[in-house]
Amino acid sequence: MLRKSFIILVIVVLFLPFLPLVIWSFAQGWFFPQLIPNQWTLQHWLQLVSPTSRVIEGLLQSLAIALITTILSLLVGLPAGRAIGVMEFPGKEALKLFLLTPIIVSPLATLMGIQFVLIRLGLNGTLLGVVLVHLMPTIPYMTLVLTSVFANFDTGYETQARSLGASPLQVLSQVTLPLIAPGIAVGALFAFLISWNEFLLTFFVGAGRVFTLPMVLFTLLQGGNNGLVAAVAITSVIPGLLFLLLASKALENDTTLGGFGNV
Amino acid sequence: MTFVKLQPASQHHSAPNLTQPFPWRAYLLMLPAVGIVGLLFGGGLVLAVLQSIGAIGLLGERQISLIAYQAALTNPEFLRSLSLSLYIAVVATGLSIILSIGLALLLRTAGRWASFACQITLPIPHLVGIVGVLLLLSPSGFIARSLYALGWVQSDQDFPLLVNDTANIGVLLHFLWKEVPFITLILLAVLRSINPAYEMQAQILGATPWQRFWNVTLPMMRTGILSSSLIVFGYIFASFEVPFLLGSTRPRTLPVLVYRAFTDSDITRRAEAIALGIILSVLSLLMIVAYSWLVSRGGQKRQFTKDA
Repeated sequence: MLRKSFIILVIVVLFLPFLPLVIWSFAQGWFFPQLIPNQWTLQHWLQLVSPTSRVIEGLLQSLAIALITTILSLLVGLPAGRAIGVMEFPGKEALKLFLLTPIIVSPLATLMGIQFVLIRLGLNGTLLGVVLVHLMPTIPYMTLVLTSVFANFDTGYETQARSLGASPLQVLSQVTLPLIAPGIAVGALFAFLISWNEFLLTFFVGAGRVFTLPMVLFTLLQGGNNGLVAAVAITSVIPGLLFLLLASKALENDTTLGGFGNV
Repeated sequence: MTFVKLQPASQHHSAPNLTQPFPWRAYLLMLPAVGIVGLLFGGGLVLAVLQSIGAIGLLGERQISLIAYQAALTNPEFLRSLSLSLYIAVVATGLSIILSIGLALLLRTAGRWASFACQITLPIPHLVGIVGVLLLLSPSGFIARSLYALGWVQSDQDFPLLVNDTANIGVLLHFLWKEVPFITLILLAVLRSINPAYEMQAQILGATPWQRFWNVTLPMMRTGILSSSLIVFGYIFASFEVPFLLGSTRPRTLPVLVYRAFTDSDITRRAEAIALGIILSVLSLLMIVAYSWLVSRGGQKRQFTKDA
């Protein structure tokens, strides 16, 4: 019973910051000390879809960047995860730790260095430039997830299929990929969310021209229109929650998360 | 994580043995990931170092010196910023780990909906969390309004300052809110991989619940705790937007100080900003070194107990 009330308390605290967000997004002139606004309105949500607020633009840019980043890091993370998870080779631990540096070390100095090149290449302030820097945190997370998936993957199945006459491509599409599908789902979830939520990297490399949803939110936050800020904040949470719901089954599969417990 | 690897069923066949290929195949598979990360992160860092010592410049000017580092280290704010960053990272990581261990143990036997609800903040952007914390904890926020309705405070002046405050309470609470579910998720996966026979054995041998936790369960969670501490500490130490929007205005954390110097209207301060950024990176790299030392030390200790 005590155990249950503790868990409920934790869940209530975790949900608490969403409460003022939801109220503010429908409130009209909610002044202190009113506990509940006197007047409700849909104006913030209508403002959200009007082109002047640039929210739709930000949503589309965020989506494009996150999807491209996820696909690219999946293409790079799959072979790396396989190598670390299945094979033994000299320098494995060092390479594993090296791949983790971008998620542990502050990216600020690196960003200032990269910007120097991106400006010369004409990529500063472009979608491609932002995708490139988003790969820095997504590749490590993707590799981490796929490594532990491959560590629990029995390559005997592949050997079996090969010996029964399957071509390497058939083995990949009919044996390997279906078996590691939950891992791919979780890795993609992490990569998508990291890119979708990324603020600092976009802030530096986007140069004010790449306007993702976090940029919209940051700009609005300086303005002080709490109602619109709350509506945009709620909007930027939706894809993440949907994705979490879709991947919740795969998240329960321990093999996909074991890698984080043993970096 | 421990796992049992099945013997390949058809080892006597002539099909390629996929479990033990030549190392070059492994390196080839690693190449794209290591190459991209090395080129972007390593390359960016090298370029930053070159800029900070004046070997390359945005305007093509060239004059090699360590003057930027001198400026960075003698910046009167540097030491205060560094201690503030360390204070926030140490306190937030430490409290998150303790709370997560407790929560993971609670959730271990709870149903799947409880675990799912406790993951709610996982996919939430930090910026949204910041907005939520601001609207909740600021002097005119939801909690202040609730306390007013209860008659506990008479005005927004009575409510303690919890955001942009000198103790950085808002920053710490935000990180707890965001990181406890993350660490708990990792520790839950670790807990589920533990063989329950050890804990049962301890119980049979007469260990109290506390002894069982302290001597059996906790040591088995050690690597999980260490690696999640590394990830979370590194993240918080380097975090920009949370202290920028929720933290104290003075002193500022190291990343905020770097950003301020970089965007200073005085363009000559750029080299100093880059030098500060490199100092920040070197500090985090030292953390990784300390971590690998801790882990290898733990490995030796385990070896020892096994031999004994």
